[in-house]
Amino acid sequence: MTAAGRILPLALREACFAAGGRAIIDRISVEIAAGPSTMILGANGAGKSVLMRLMHGLLAPSAGEVAWSDPDPERQRRLQAMVFQRPVLLRRSALANIVYALKVARVACAERERLAAEALESVGLAHLAQRPARVLSGGEQQRLALARAWALHPEVLFLDEPTASLDPSATREIERVIQAFDAAGTKIIMATHNLGQVRRLGDEVLFIHQGRLVERAPVEQFFSRPASPEAASFVKGELPWK
Amino acid sequence: MEALAQALRGALDLIASGDRALVEIVGLSLEVSLSAVVFATLLGLPLGAGIAIGRFPGRRAVVILLNALMGLPPVVVGLFVYLMLSRAGPLGALGLLFTPPAMVIAQSILILPIIAALCRQAVEDAWIEYEEQLRSLGARGAGAALTLVWDIRYSLVTAVLAGLGRASAEVGAVMIVGGNIDGVTRVMTTTIALETSKGDLPLALSLGIVLIVLVIALNAIAHLVKDAAQRRYG
Repeated sequence: MTAAGRILPLALREACFAAGGRAIIDRISVEIAAGPSTMILGANGAGKSVLMRLMHGLLAPSAGEVAWSDPDPERQRRLQAMVFQRPVLLRRSALANIVYALKVARVACAERERLAAEALESVGLAHLAQRPARVLSGGEQQRLALARAWALHPEVLFLDEPTASLDPSATREIERVIQAFDAAGTKIIMATHNLGQVRRLGDEVLFIHQGRLVERAPVEQFFSRPASPEAASFVKGELPWK
Repeated sequence: MEALAQALRGALDLIASGDRALVEIVGLSLEVSLSAVVFATLLGLPLGAGIAIGRFPGRRAVVILLNALMGLPPVVVGLFVYLMLSRAGPLGALGLLFTPPAMVIAQSILILPIIAALCRQAVEDAWIEYEEQLRSLGARGAGAALTLVWDIRYSLVTAVLAGLGRASAEVGAVMIVGGNIDGVTRVMTTTIALETSKGDLPLALSLGIVLIVLVIALNAIAHLVKDAAQRRYG
């Protein structure tokens, strides 16, 4: 990643998103810089997914602003990737799915196969490269989705509850891959309601409650001394299930 | 009852003996309808996909119109093409009226809305599933539409087949623009209509049997293709 390609930090200023007359995201202002992995934490329906989509540009704020430090929309798009709760894979081989993403991102033709194979290797799916993507298991599909995002070498990787529909062993695999990407310097921004996962993967927490950013704190501090009553009750209520 | 059995025996004899007139009529039918399907598919799939993914003013009206046109009466299409191709019509100079190409044109117009409308529905359903992922990857517009159409290609077989079924079964359009000329523009459906009114039941019945067997066979093939693809690609 060259310094010239940097799009972080990401700044939200009074960002709102309303649908059907209801505010789903309510005046959130936050600046997210490179470095620590950021966990967007909150209960179901708090607005985590919508917030990520605003950040990633899949939704436009109904008021306020979402701005990257680099104003070039083409570079903004190219330097971020997102993995969804349920991976959407094309009806072609695992390898071809990644090659497709590289092609759309205008990676030179000669490079695509090699980068795709490397990405598969990094998530431990090299042996399934020629297997049709849609017949892989749920965990394998999600790892393939991660590899597809990773192959693009994004500066920022958004993850929307990537383990929500997976069993514990598949979840461990996914978390291992996310940790590796984090260690390699990719900025991780992940939505989750799983406190154990926040502890394992996160450096800082953005706690969302009813569409508002209630608290932002380093992970340790968030768990030991939550500043807001909402966060305190969420931590307490959730802990038995972690 | 006896007359029916006799007609059926006659029909089976005709089929078994490979009657030349019969073979010619079946051949022309297939040629005309398959050509129409090719043209309507080449136009209909991009049209349907474009409407499915495009966001433009009047889109709802276009979708409603397209769905309505699926029920286009063949005789009206025939009349329209007749007026276009008749000597006094705007395309009269081409001299296509009462030739197989005129029949291909009429059937293409007839089934274009069917293929386009079914394609639109399939692509739109898939788009709901794929949209965020494709936009996240940066695929847009025609590129995204093409990706989508290719990914659901086996579902689109059904749309194309519906078009083929309609083309091979209709009689009104080819009757008007083809003229049902013996040895030139006589196809299965027009022959059945004519021979039935003339009382030559064995020929009419034999063509009817061939027509039904063809339609069933084509549907069976499409079903198998779709099934195999589903198992292979998920």
